[in-house]
Amino acid sequence: MKLVIAIIQPHRLDSVRLALTEIGIAGMTVTEVRGYGRQKGHTEIYRGAEYTISFLPKLKIEVALPDERVEDAITAITRAARTGRIGDGKIFVLDVVQARRVRTGETGEDAL
Amino acid sequence: MGQETVINAADTAWMLTSTALVLLMTLPALALFYGGLVQAKNILSVLVQCAAVAALCSVLWFALGYSLSYSGDGDWLGDGAAFFLGGLTRDGVHPGTHIPESVYVMFQMTFAVITPALIIGAYVERIRFAAVLVISALWLLIVYSPVAHWVWGGGWLAKMGVMDFAGGIVVHVTAGVSALVIAWMIRPRHEFPHGIRPPHAPWMVMVGASLLWVGWFGFNAGSAVSSGADAGMAMLATHLSAASATLTWMAIEWIKFGKPSLVGAVTGTIAGLATITPAAGVAGPAGAVLLGAVASCVCYLAVWLVKRVMAVDDALDVLGVHGVGGALGTLSVPVVVLVGAGGGHLNHAGMEQFTVQAIGVVSVAVFSAVATFVITKAADLLVGLRVDREHETQGLDFATHGETGYHINR
Repeated sequence: MKLVIAIIQPHRLDSVRLALTEIGIAGMTVTEVRGYGRQKGHTEIYRGAEYTISFLPKLKIEVALPDERVEDAITAITRAARTGRIGDGKIFVLDVVQARRVRTGETGEDAL
Repeated sequence: MGQETVINAADTAWMLTSTALVLLMTLPALALFYGGLVQAKNILSVLVQCAAVAALCSVLWFALGYSLSYSGDGDWLGDGAAFFLGGLTRDGVHPGTHIPESVYVMFQMTFAVITPALIIGAYVERIRFAAVLVISALWLLIVYSPVAHWVWGGGWLAKMGVMDFAGGIVVHVTAGVSALVIAWMIRPRHEFPHGIRPPHAPWMVMVGASLLWVGWFGFNAGSAVSSGADAGMAMLATHLSAASATLTWMAIEWIKFGKPSLVGAVTGTIAGLATITPAAGVAGPAGAVLLGAVASCVCYLAVWLVKRVMAVDDALDVLGVHGVGGALGTLSVPVVVLVGAGGGHLNHAGMEQFTVQAIGVVSVAVFSAVATFVITKAADLLVGLRVDREHETQGLDFATHGETGYHINR
């Protein structure tokens, strides 16, 4: 089992959700986060004074998957989240040690 | 002079309306205008400061301020005859007008409320609440009341023929200069200048500025203290100056940064309104459009100068927008009267009037600075000026008032 973590532009959420649904992946957790990468924030100007906004709003999507679905999911997320401009985000894949569905007590891939 | 005892219903109706409009400028217009400009963790502190200053200065106006400003005809200060509004009768008429004394007291009270409230913009996000109250109370009695007497209450500047229709000197120069002094004495917010966060709610700044724009019709057209031609022309001039200044500030930013911002546009509005204030009684429509455009250019520069060159953290630009606007408008009176149709009359010939206007601006600016320095020192000794660093970082809303402005996603 793997956990796919994708940091994306907030306005790409709907298309990412749609892309994952289309390849049969149901369920995700979304968190509003702030951060920066190479893009290093931006500046805003109020009354002639420049303000540096270091941390930009992003969304963090987390999806737990069986190993064989990971490549499909990464491809779908990349296609749907990409605008081609700086700040499109990153995808990370982590090993998952255990999973359990709270309602039924199922474990492992059955719980996903 | 027998006329003076007659109450005119039309005048009275307009002055009641104007009074309500001017109070609207503090509650909630100025509170929202300033509240949107600070960080989310300090929004409530700004709102409560505005409300508390309004309440405190109203009671002080009743007790002492009105008498010190408008009773007697001394050169320097009113007398004590109207302390606690002791001599106020139900059907008394204010001398030289056709409105009840009660309405005049109340109309002037709304000016006495907004002027100390304007200064809030200088010290937000770091001041102790007790210091707000001490400074505002002392300032109303020691700075505002004498200056109102000098200019509007028959004092030495009035006798000299200074022209300040609605408060370029009395409201905006006093508040602007005092704001700078307090901002300097209380020292900058700890992130100043590079770590300062941008306005947390520009939309709120726009709502506040728009309400100020409407309220300003009471401020300026009400300063005619009648419902006739002077009030009408003052309203027209006020509106046109605001419109012209809005467009000008927007144009400056659009050219300089490539984008016209909302906060910039409405800051221009306020600069145009502050600047036309002393001249609203003499400007015709063309003069007002011109003055508004000049106001945005000059105030834009002034805001930049205070922040970057003087490095004083006048957080919400009280001097740059209000003080400089008020001074500019006051000095422009002899010029603006000549522009286009509809202008009024000066007390003196042009150059002589300019000299009197300059004496008014400079003397009031110096007096405000010195008196505010003493008041702020006193407040520092009495209650302390600043919250500690931890509370400043936490935000005044919770640290000082035990409340939080926004409970979203929590």
